[in-house]
Amino acid sequence: MDLKDRLTKLKVKALSEIDTVEDLKKINEIRVNLLGKKGPITEVLRGMKDLSKEERPVVGSLANKVRDELTAAITQRREKLEISKIARKLEKEKIDVTLPGVPVKAGQPHIIMQVIDQLEKLFLGMGYQVVDGPEIEEDHYNFEMMNLPKDHPARDMQDTFYITEQILMRTQTSPVQARTMEKHDFAKGPLKMISPGKVYRRDTDDATHSHQFHQVEGLVIDRHITMGDLKGTLQSIARTIFGDEREIRLRPSYFPFTEPSVEVDVSCFKCGGKGCTVCKQTGWIEVLGAGMVHPNVLTMAGIDAEVYGGFAFGLGPDRFAMLKYGVDDIREFYLNDVRFLSQFAQKG
Amino acid sequence: MKVSTKWLKDYIDLDINPEELAEKIERTAVEVDGVSRLDKNLKKIVVGATVEVRKHPESDHLNICQVDVGAAELLQIVCGAPNIAAGKKVIVALPNSRIAGNVKIKKSKMRGEVSEGMICSLQEIGFSESVVPKAYAAGIYLLPDDAKPGEPVYSYLGMDEDIIDLDVTPNRADMLSMRGTAHELAAIYDQKVILKKPALQEDLTDKISNYIQVTADKELSPTYLLRIIKDVQVEESPMWLQRRLWNAGIRPMNNVVDVTNYILLDYGQPLHSFDYQKIAGKGIEVRLAKSGETLRTLDEEERKLLPNDIVIADDNGPIALAGTMGGLNSGISAETQVIALEAAVFNSSAIRKTARKHNLHSEAAMRFERGINRGTVAEALDMAAQLIAELGNGKIVAGVAGTQDSIQPVIINISTKKINDVLGTELQIAEIKDIFERLGFTIEEENGNFTVSVPVRRWDISIPADLIEEVARIYGYDNLPATLPSGELTPGKYTYKQQVIRDTRSILEESGLMQAISYGLTSDKKAQRFMMEDAQSTRLNFPMSSDRTTVRMNLISGLLDDVAYNNARKVSDVMLYEQGRVFYRDVDNDRPREVEHVAAAMTGLYSAQSWHDEKKQIDFYVTKGIVEHLLTVLGVTDVNYRASQEHEEMHPGRTADIFIGNLFIGFVGEVHPNISKEYGIGRTYVFELDLQKIIDFNNELIVYQPVSKYPVITRDVAMAVGKEIANADIVNFIKKQSGKILSNVQLFDVYEGGKISTEQKSLAYELTYSDSSKTLEDDDVTADFEKVMSKLQAKFNVEIR
Repeated sequence: MDLKDRLTKLKVKALSEIDTVEDLKKINEIRVNLLGKKGPITEVLRGMKDLSKEERPVVGSLANKVRDELTAAITQRREKLEISKIARKLEKEKIDVTLPGVPVKAGQPHIIMQVIDQLEKLFLGMGYQVVDGPEIEEDHYNFEMMNLPKDHPARDMQDTFYITEQILMRTQTSPVQARTMEKHDFAKGPLKMISPGKVYRRDTDDATHSHQFHQVEGLVIDRHITMGDLKGTLQSIARTIFGDEREIRLRPSYFPFTEPSVEVDVSCFKCGGKGCTVCKQTGWIEVLGAGMVHPNVLTMAGIDAEVYGGFAFGLGPDRFAMLKYGVDDIREFYLNDVRFLSQFAQKG
Repeated sequence: MKVSTKWLKDYIDLDINPEELAEKIERTAVEVDGVSRLDKNLKKIVVGATVEVRKHPESDHLNICQVDVGAAELLQIVCGAPNIAAGKKVIVALPNSRIAGNVKIKKSKMRGEVSEGMICSLQEIGFSESVVPKAYAAGIYLLPDDAKPGEPVYSYLGMDEDIIDLDVTPNRADMLSMRGTAHELAAIYDQKVILKKPALQEDLTDKISNYIQVTADKELSPTYLLRIIKDVQVEESPMWLQRRLWNAGIRPMNNVVDVTNYILLDYGQPLHSFDYQKIAGKGIEVRLAKSGETLRTLDEEERKLLPNDIVIADDNGPIALAGTMGGLNSGISAETQVIALEAAVFNSSAIRKTARKHNLHSEAAMRFERGINRGTVAEALDMAAQLIAELGNGKIVAGVAGTQDSIQPVIINISTKKINDVLGTELQIAEIKDIFERLGFTIEEENGNFTVSVPVRRWDISIPADLIEEVARIYGYDNLPATLPSGELTPGKYTYKQQVIRDTRSILEESGLMQAISYGLTSDKKAQRFMMEDAQSTRLNFPMSSDRTTVRMNLISGLLDDVAYNNARKVSDVMLYEQGRVFYRDVDNDRPREVEHVAAAMTGLYSAQSWHDEKKQIDFYVTKGIVEHLLTVLGVTDVNYRASQEHEEMHPGRTADIFIGNLFIGFVGEVHPNISKEYGIGRTYVFELDLQKIIDFNNELIVYQPVSKYPVITRDVAMAVGKEIANADIVNFIKKQSGKILSNVQLFDVYEGGKISTEQKSLAYELTYSDSSKTLEDDDVTADFEKVMSKLQAKFNVEIR
């Protein structure tokens, strides 16, 4: 048989062998057998020495072509087999991805603290300082500096735990404001502060009363502070806590430390103002108290009430949390039932 | 203050539905607790005339009544009331009617007799027990004789009046009266009030000096006036008066007391009526109580008077506690004929003290405490005297005893600019002027500067800020702009201390602990446990319960309460932390120091058994790991742990004190089993740290250490050591004795039992050696390692295994 025929037949046979092989080891054997030093192609090439000068390049080139084709076929086949080998391996490694993941151990802030954190963030952003003060206060700072002299009828509004005649558990965080006002140097700019913290009242604990709760009170004092500024600030609070759509309204009220004093309602976040059980069909929910700082309060703190003025507000994070999350018993906040606390893992 | 819109209409012409009116009051003046009317939801309740009443044959207390309800036929109704009688006008709930509480009345049989409806008491149709006249409290109510059978009862009883319940703030005591409320509404709606003046008719043949003289201490009672009304017949008041009282929440008594209450509501002026014939002598004195004096008050209570109580006294001593409650002896009875009627102003802070000390918070006391309209004391007295005389067929003796102080309107100057500066508005002079005029203030204005004369009836207004409030609320808070403070910018940031506290919280939360907030007030015992320094406890002077008497001096006690609450509810896995203050008091101080602490309590499983992992129990080391992590992240260095038996409430073998260098900052360990038992909780691990000491710790800025480019060499060693030897001792010894090339000692196994003797434990360490400047030689490491091991053997008698 002439070499060309042998090469052609060899090629046809080898290609069919390559195409049908299923084993990576075997394909390697085939490669060695076909293309190795002892393989048929090498043999053909060796036999070329007997060929004529004219035939030699023709056969040579054919042999090379066959070898290239077979090499390519083997490579192709091997890749295919490798892919299917990996596929089989992956198939074996299949797991049930619906099994639960390994839980990440994580705690979270108390729900009241989440409300306070949100407010702190809002007010820090508006250039306020956060100021802390004593929980056990002097009557002087808790009441008198707040324009509530002894025997003032409004003292009835806040039943107080006294320690001595002069020392008490603070009933509000406003004494922090009194202390800060006394020290503030207006040459260094306006006073803008919030004072978050625990307060205490002589109340019997029930679903809506707690002898301990929290307050965040705010105070701004400068030369030109208006009640419009108070309104805008209260609007920011309402929108931060209860959502961007909220509106507020002010109603006259009375606090000895502010004049005018207002009660602040926020449009119901549940029904949007149409009326529902949360807002008792009114569309509005009372959320905080505020007003323009009473001149007596400024004067007592040594601030010239003719030159300076400002606003103050006070709100209860406990009440905010109750409203926002529909908690109907304030005592839940202080019993720390894990099943209660863990419901508030979601941020904001 | 319950305001009847019908009564209001006597003074101001308003045709506005009550809900709308209430809303307007709430937005402009004071809060409204609710709008109500008694006939709401009632149905088919009519006047009946009892034609015949006979005993029920089968009952000793029931009667069978034939009742005319204006229909062709009489209704037979069985009635059990003791005061049922024939020939009376009664309240009948017809068959299929609805009475109070949405109860439906049906035709029924009572002990064999048909009963077509029900004869009702006032309570049964919705009256509060507290307003029902005493004569009818135990039975049915009898309507006036001229009531027409078959007509609805509502208008006879004033049940068709709309009542707006005002929650009057302490500053607006002027609205604790119908007249004050009318003035307020006139301002709101820009209307005029029409107020009746008393048409006094005195008996000029007699004069007051024949009866009484008054001496009053001006400090205690700047105005004290008495009138005498003689020949009075005390009897039931007419219906119109009773209706007004019960609709305002006051029980009708008789025509004298009812008039004083009516004037209290109308003018806000508390009055008191004495039975003149019970007064000893002719001299009435307003003075402070003398020591040892007592008074039996109208509520039949014998009261020991206190030196600050203002009293009204006759020759024999006190006959009334001024402004709070009268004496029983001089009170009005059915036999009273001559009345001494008092209208006065009493010192508000004295009244307040008396009301508090004697727990007598009457309508009168409340008004005196908050102040009353000093411009109408005499007018209210005249009005009351005239009404008593009319209703009781009596005569007013000419003249008034006592004196009245003169009171002038307050004058306040304010400018348009000031008002606009405070409110952020651009109100025109005319607008402001209009508001002041609506309020009934007299004004003079020049170039926007106002001189405002405030009528006496608005005694809450005394400074410019008060006027600004008046302008703002009448102008409407809705009309104010919403802006933010302009002016100089200020940076808003936490102080270092605030930042550390917030970092502490988030580190613990990331470590798996939930934040708890417990009560700061606790029992004396719990307050003084788990103490970290010597201090006195701080107690309330009048606690409300024995559980909350003392301010806490540790956080763990509160957390254990929380653990107990959870365990009791079958929640056994609890990991809580709390950040808050403890209160340490020094012996010489009344006020404690407030120190920021952080603490945690952990019990049960750290992680539950799952398909993936074994369960992991919380133990000392899990807890300590969290403390170590916290302190590391907070940048605290040189922390060491020392076994401690100093804490009575802690397990003596499982507690470590925590130090920065030699500064004690807290402890970690297992709660003593006795305490766990007391709380009824499982094994619980706790730590408490003094955060202030951590805040004060001057933590150094982190300085970057270059990572060695050369490979490290490690040596493992296991050793048997006496059980009493602490890991820390060995680690510290290895570190101290090794050369500079030792970079870390890591404990990787602790083992007891098996081949180890019972007195020993096996500890296994990996020692890591590195050098940042060159490749370590194996020989150098071996030499260093061997040297340390032999020293270790000598020092602690360890067996290298």
